Amino acid sequence: MHSLLSMKGIDKAFSSVPALRQAHLEVAPGEVHALIGQNGAGKSTMIKILTGVYRRDGGDVRFDDKPADISNPGQAQKSGIATIYQELNLVPLRSVTENVVMGYEPRRLGMLIDWRTAHRRTREILARFGIDIDVRAPLGSYSTAIRQLVAIARAVSLDAKLVIMDEPTSSLDDREVEVLFGVVRELKNSGVSVLYVSHFLDELFQICDRVTTMRDGQTVAVRSIAETSKLELIADMLGRNVEDIEAAGMTDLGGGEKQLGDVLLEADGIATGRRLFEFDLSVRRGEIVGLGGLLGSGRTEAGRALFGVDALTAGEIRLKGKRWAPTGPAGAIGDRIGMLTEDRKAEGIVPDMSVRENMTLALLPRLSRNGQIQTGRERQIVEEYIKALGIKTSNMDQPIRELSGGNQQKVLLARWLATEPELLILDEPTRGVDVGAKLEIQAIIRQYVDRGFGVVLISSEFEELVEGADRIVVLQDGHSVATLENPGITEDALVKAIAHHHTGEHA
Amino acid sequence: MSDGSLSNGKAVSRAPAPLSLGTLRNHGGLIALVLILAFNALFTPNFLQVQTLFVNISQVATIAIVAIGMTLVIATAGIDLSVGAVMALAGALAPLIFLSDFGQAYPALGIAAAFVLPLLAASLCGLFNGIMISYLNVQPIIATLILFISGRGIAQVLTNGNLQTFSNPYFSYLGTGKILGLPFQGWLALVLALAVYWLVSRTIFGRYLLAVGGNERAARLAGAPVRMVKIGAYVLCAFLSGIAGLIVVAINSASDAARNGNLMELDAIAAAVVGGALLQGGRAPIFGAILGAVIIQLVKYTLLANGVEDEVALIAKAAIIVLAVYIQQARKE
Ligand SMILES: Nc1ncnc2c1ncn2[C@@H]1O[C@H](COP(=O)(O)OP(=O)(O)OP(=O)(O)O)[C@@H](O)[C@H]1O
Ligand SMILES: [Mg+2]
Repeated sequence: MHSLLSMKGIDKAFSSVPALRQAHLEVAPGEVHALIGQNGAGKSTMIKILTGVYRRDGGDVRFDDKPADISNPGQAQKSGIATIYQELNLVPLRSVTENVVMGYEPRRLGMLIDWRTAHRRTREILARFGIDIDVRAPLGSYSTAIRQLVAIARAVSLDAKLVIMDEPTSSLDDREVEVLFGVVRELKNSGVSVLYVSHFLDELFQICDRVTTMRDGQTVAVRSIAETSKLELIADMLGRNVEDIEAAGMTDLGGGEKQLGDVLLEADGIATGRRLFEFDLSVRRGEIVGLGGLLGSGRTEAGRALFGVDALTAGEIRLKGKRWAPTGPAGAIGDRIGMLTEDRKAEGIVPDMSVRENMTLALLPRLSRNGQIQTGRERQIVEEYIKALGIKTSNMDQPIRELSGGNQQKVLLARWLATEPELLILDEPTRGVDVGAKLEIQAIIRQYVDRGFGVVLISSEFEELVEGADRIVVLQDGHSVATLENPGITEDALVKAIAHHHTGEHA
Repeated sequence: MSDGSLSNGKAVSRAPAPLSLGTLRNHGGLIALVLILAFNALFTPNFLQVQTLFVNISQVATIAIVAIGMTLVIATAGIDLSVGAVMALAGALAPLIFLSDFGQAYPALGIAAAFVLPLLAASLCGLFNGIMISYLNVQPIIATLILFISGRGIAQVLTNGNLQTFSNPYFSYLGTGKILGLPFQGWLALVLALAVYWLVSRTIFGRYLLAVGGNERAARLAGAPVRMVKIGAYVLCAFLSGIAGLIVVAINSASDAARNGNLMELDAIAAAVVGGALLQGGRAPIFGAILGAVIIQLVKYTLLANGVEDEVALIAKAAIIVLAVYIQQARKE
């Protein structure tokens, strides 16, 4: 078959640890091609080799019928490869427009940047995604989902022959995902190929033509989507056969009988300066309370308010029955509240620090005596969590930036579990982790609340909310507008509650 | 760096060039040191003599001590331009104290106060810098510019702009004493480096320092007391600068507020950066700073000993900073 992209026999090792071994990948013109595999399988590395971020140790790459020796990302763009990396590389302090046109600014008189045209063009590009925002505002003032869409919009606007999306939907909700799929189909119709990395296997069946599966740095299967099943793909990823997996069954967050304890935290009509206007919540021991809502409905903002990141402008919070005035993250941690933030790169990892140092960052006050860190205990705790969460790292002193995205996420989750907070706020906890690990993490969260702790779960995946939460509080424009109780919540009911317009009325 | 020998198939291992950017980044300091030493051994008269070693150790100690402090500040993604002025201030205060009536009446107390009070004053300067930066959100370069200008002014006002000479063997020990035949301040620099290294690598403050410099938002959300950590870094930097200021005064048995620590900020930043500190924060290579200080001092000495003028030496130092920053910026796999 004639192919647009052909990578063969690719080898890559990082300080003698092989990440890719004779991996291969073919993408046909106008095809939507999925690349899947467990965390650390080598998907992002494969892409970074193609786009010149890393240099391959061996193998051949052909693009557009020419040997492609791309040695830096700029060159990749020029040859017609546009990439949205897993960890977004945008400049939060610059305006949306600057981020979209960066490097391709429309010029006037040869040198002056024509901002009028730039803003207009940016608005047009974003309109394709159904986004209508102030393009002059700094990108950082928008949510992760918007930033993600802006990154995609930028890539799509570059007139590429191949658009690569490394986990583009991980922070999008169902509606935004639909928008994205529309764009992918549009690209396909105009003859552009799309290479699509995702851990959401169901998505692939909606938009992809073929799937390449990687495991431990090798390409283990290439299948046509029409002739395969989700089970078969999982079997490829894990290296087991379909029957075993079927027999093992699929578990989830939902446990058996729930024993709810006392009320742990109550928020009464709280508001902050950041798009949170009137929010009520109560969390009991042993309970997972989900926050549902659309993009910009105030879910993350609610989490930030409970963690003391944003100061309250109205309302009150009671923690274990006593009035609690949040003073900031340090104070909240001291009062045994934790929060896993949604933006891994900007608000989660300290890239140059090791896995160990990242994992114990929130635990330090309790790990030290007279200001000195007890390194023995530190190593022991880190060891335990690496094992418990199955974190793939060469050793605990490896810089966290060298881990695959999903494994970084697990380290951050461990950071919070290790502090044993009574209330844990999880903003997109399974973002970017593979199917297997996702179930494990959900099981860990369930075990955690079973010990008498409470969890607030924010997720843009409706399935995760519906199956995982004992109760879902629905937000709209910074107001809590409805509460749904499990058992009995269906995705349909949630979607209806989210879409339905109660103005100012509380459930 | 390794080749792909573990992978099967035709591992086209591209061996890294012997002098790639990576090698330069990791060992650039040592390579530079060897080159400078070799050059001097060959061309500089009387270089391989004990006297030369002593001169250089006593000079390098002050640069190294300030560079250690600068490394802490740079680790928070900050910068401190006021180190030279703080040196002048601490240096001007010390003789004022032990030459005062009180100091003459109670010599022991006078000497003790002549160490403690100037260092306290220096620390207050650091507190000022730290508060400006962490509470008032002033850019470090601007915030420390305030004391850069006014600190030396205050020192000159205190001394009426005069050169203060004195003879006080106890105080002078700081600059002229010897332990095992080597200058006291060299040992002091070493001890301080060890102490700060311990602080950075073993304590909660050190861990927070690197986290704040590496990703401030993430550090804050993980409970790091970001403001306190920054203030701590500036206070330590100023405290160390104060010590350096006292050493200079002790060496000369005179305090000259106009010259003490003049252009030290340039030396200290250069030493820290050559030693591997990243201007964007997140790294605090303390012994790197010492190595950087040795290199900076040797460059100065080499140029001086070979009759190159001071102004040219300044350009050379600026060039070293640019080169070191360039090598570090080229961070690519
Ligand atoms: N810069 C690096 N230095 C060292 N090891 C690295 C580096 N980048 C990736 N690796 C290692 O290579 C392996 C493959 O990582 P990669 O990021 O390609 O995984 P992935 O398939 O994209 O996983 P995920 O689904 O979690 O994003 C991992 O074991 C990772 O630790
Ligand atoms: Mg990846």
